[in-house]
Amino acid sequence: MSQIPLFDNPRLTVTEFTRRVRRLLEGDQALADVWVQGEISNFTRATSGHLYFTLKDPGASLRSVMWKGDALRVRGMPLQDGLSVEAHGKISVYEPTGQYQLIVDILRPAGEGALYAEFMRLKALLEAEGLFAPGRKRHIPELPRKIGIVTSATGAALRDMLNVLRRRLPLAEVVLVASPVQGAEAPPALVLALQKLDSIIKPDVILLGRGGGSIEDLWAFNDERVVRAVAGSTTPIISGVGHETDFTLVDFASDLRAPTPTAAAELATAITVLDLAGALQADRERLDDVLQRKIENQRSELDSLITVLRFYSPRRKLQNESQLLDDLVRRSTLALRQRFSLENVHLAGATHRLKSLSPLSVLSRGYAVVTGAQDGRIVQDSSQAASGSELHVRLARGSLNVKVQESFPQES
Amino acid sequence: MSPSSKKQEELSYEAAFAELESIVAALEGESRALDESIKLYERGQALAAQCAAMLEKAELKVQQLSGDTLTNFEGQA
Repeated sequence: MSQIPLFDNPRLTVTEFTRRVRRLLEGDQALADVWVQGEISNFTRATSGHLYFTLKDPGASLRSVMWKGDALRVRGMPLQDGLSVEAHGKISVYEPTGQYQLIVDILRPAGEGALYAEFMRLKALLEAEGLFAPGRKRHIPELPRKIGIVTSATGAALRDMLNVLRRRLPLAEVVLVASPVQGAEAPPALVLALQKLDSIIKPDVILLGRGGGSIEDLWAFNDERVVRAVAGSTTPIISGVGHETDFTLVDFASDLRAPTPTAAAELATAITVLDLAGALQADRERLDDVLQRKIENQRSELDSLITVLRFYSPRRKLQNESQLLDDLVRRSTLALRQRFSLENVHLAGATHRLKSLSPLSVLSRGYAVVTGAQDGRIVQDSSQAASGSELHVRLARGSLNVKVQESFPQES
Repeated sequence: MSPSSKKQEELSYEAAFAELESIVAALEGESRALDESIKLYERGQALAAQCAAMLEKAELKVQQLSGDTLTNFEGQA
């Protein structure tokens, strides 16, 4: 062991020394981009927004700082002493205190790295199987009548989805199959819920969702069983898991990925009740228009027919016919009248002749009419009256009953 | 209630609207007797009124399937 010279002049100031240490440490590439696992202690949130804490494990401690800009990204994390974390950052030396420290830019709960690795492994596996292929995607109906929902019965996701559906398509029917959406029991329950909807209810579309949470909270939606059930469903499935930035394997397997449960309900109702009302109104107007037009067409057709009818109207002919008829009546009446007066003249002559032919007028000149008293026959021949027969003799005034004394035949 | 109006009551919105569409198309397309057109028009009017009423009155029906039984779901308003 060599003797340390006591009276040498100091070769470095503290600052120079510290700078040298700093250069040495910060020059180590392995320490410039490193993940460190440990437990948080001495956690402080400064008013400036920077986070100060110590990472430690049973063997050592590491002073750490997270600047305000990076700290914004871990606002949701329950950072507190005792939390196991994985921190990403680089080594640095704080010269005023001579402290080396980890400048943290990414902080995540411990185990998340393993989860991410598992996520990537499973994603690659299922992708290779073709489960995420665009050709497998089923068509999402624009106007579903029956909508299946798989989510927690008590979560905000269900309330959000029902609100959207109520507002956009209250004509729809919803069938909920409730399932836990996180924890060990979630994956088999989600699979069963999907299968029951798919096989019993057969809705037009299924909404599969849950609200936001940590990657562990959403992990059921990366479970291989659930991903396979989604890919295997005959009913189209819209997934809405977590927030905008969360991607789960279910999102890759579903037929449509929505950023949130609310968005899933919106994507399921491409046609809303307002669209339906608009289309209905348009149809009503078309219906009225078409009948109006038809009636107008019919009316104008009728009008032109009436014009044609008037043109060919038989009225004039009718008038002629009627005149002709009057004429005929008049002429026939006249003819009848002439006929009657002619007949009257004939009748008068005949009456006169009849009178002159009356046997009574002969009697008045002294002739008598002799008839048989028995048979009343006019006696013109003596053979008609035998001797002793009785005869009746009619005179101009009065008559006689006589008896034939003798009958003489006609002299030849 | 006549049998035909009862049948109308049971039509779904989609079915009623589809029939309305086909009636409008039929009226616009073919030429047919006026009284037949008026009958179609009246049927169309009835369907349109029915559709409007359904839209007006529609209320999201939410059921829950637990086990093998469907029940009305009243978990959240």
